[in-house]
Amino acid sequence: MNIDRRDFMKLIGLGSVVLVSGSDFWSRETEAGQDDFLFVQLSDPHWGFSDPKVNPDYAGTLKKAVAAVNAMSTQPDFIVFTGDITHTTDDPKERRKRMAEARDIISDLKVKNIRFMAGEHDAGLDNGEAFQEFFGKTHYVFDYKGVHFIVIDNVSDPTSSITDPQLLWLGDELKKLDKDSRIVVLTHRPLFDLYPNWDWWTRDGAKAIDLLMPYKNVIVFYGHIHQEHHHQTGHIMHHAAKGLMFPQPAPGSVPKRVAIPWDPAAPYKGLGYRGIQAQAGTPEYGITEFPVQKG
Amino acid sequence: MIKTRVAIALLVMALFTAVTYAADSAGEARVIKITAKKFEYSPNEITIKAGVPVIFEFTSLDRVHGFTVPDLGGIRATIEPGKATRVTIMAPKAGIYEFHCDLFCGDGHEGMTGKIIVEN
Repeated sequence: MNIDRRDFMKLIGLGSVVLVSGSDFWSRETEAGQDDFLFVQLSDPHWGFSDPKVNPDYAGTLKKAVAAVNAMSTQPDFIVFTGDITHTTDDPKERRKRMAEARDIISDLKVKNIRFMAGEHDAGLDNGEAFQEFFGKTHYVFDYKGVHFIVIDNVSDPTSSITDPQLLWLGDELKKLDKDSRIVVLTHRPLFDLYPNWDWWTRDGAKAIDLLMPYKNVIVFYGHIHQEHHHQTGHIMHHAAKGLMFPQPAPGSVPKRVAIPWDPAAPYKGLGYRGIQAQAGTPEYGITEFPVQKG
Repeated sequence: MIKTRVAIALLVMALFTAVTYAADSAGEARVIKITAKKFEYSPNEITIKAGVPVIFEFTSLDRVHGFTVPDLGGIRATIEPGKATRVTIMAPKAGIYEFHCDLFCGDGHEGMTGKIIVEN
């Protein structure tokens, strides 16, 4: 699969969606110069899940995603994994085995600048202990070409909460930034109440949004719900990514939240990853969704 | 064999009665006992009357679980093993209110759900 920057046709700015032609986008990019950058969001690979009715290629889907990213003609500057890298298990030894295996597969990515977020399947049963052994801290910040990335952990506490100490940390980090700074928040669960009946929320997410609200240029990328979803709170856009093991139904669309079974007529349907391009000099992001396997 | 079946039927009826009509005497709120374990509540469908407070008394049979009813003001409880946890529930109007475990408890957590059926 050849993907180049012309594929990034969908520009999503602050609260608005702008569609431009690939050639327009390309010319904007070339004018902008060196400060544009591209990153890829992979989410919810659930390594260790093994129900063939849901995904008969449970052992191969993450590897296919890695191969697809490696085949992008323009390699991303970095890659983020927004949680549920592994599927949960009660056995701490098995949990670590799954994390080691997932890390090995991920290490085949050509791009070595990779940032990890935890999901509740990774971190909810041991407060993130094993995750930190394999993938590092669960909340942190990093900067890339003038954009401030903030990773929020809303899964290590099993009540689906960020918790007050981390909110204090978030407030302190934000105080270091100007109100017009470009901020990208990466997290696992939605920070807003997407569908609390399915646990698709963060109990104290509104407190994080309140802290972010004074900042003009904030965008959130998250996982957890295994489907593309776009939502706006005030001027802040929230974009959920597809998963890499099984898709889930639209919020509240069915009585029970269960994985959507594999469709032999459309293998890998609903699974995919996302490319995000930051535009130099503008708080706009080009977002493009890619399937695990073109079909 | 028939005796066994009758005995089981009587036991089931007795349990059902205990679950659904365990009203305390002297006008105290009715108490409904509910067990929680991976990954289910028992019972997981509970019928109550609109506007009438009832007490859900939870006991966990294995690990810590949660209980929440988002459409009833987000009422919630943490259910710990070896300890009865009581929550007073009052639904203002008839309808079906879903509840679920809100403390991640493992592979199957997502299916740990139930319904409160509220009748007039």
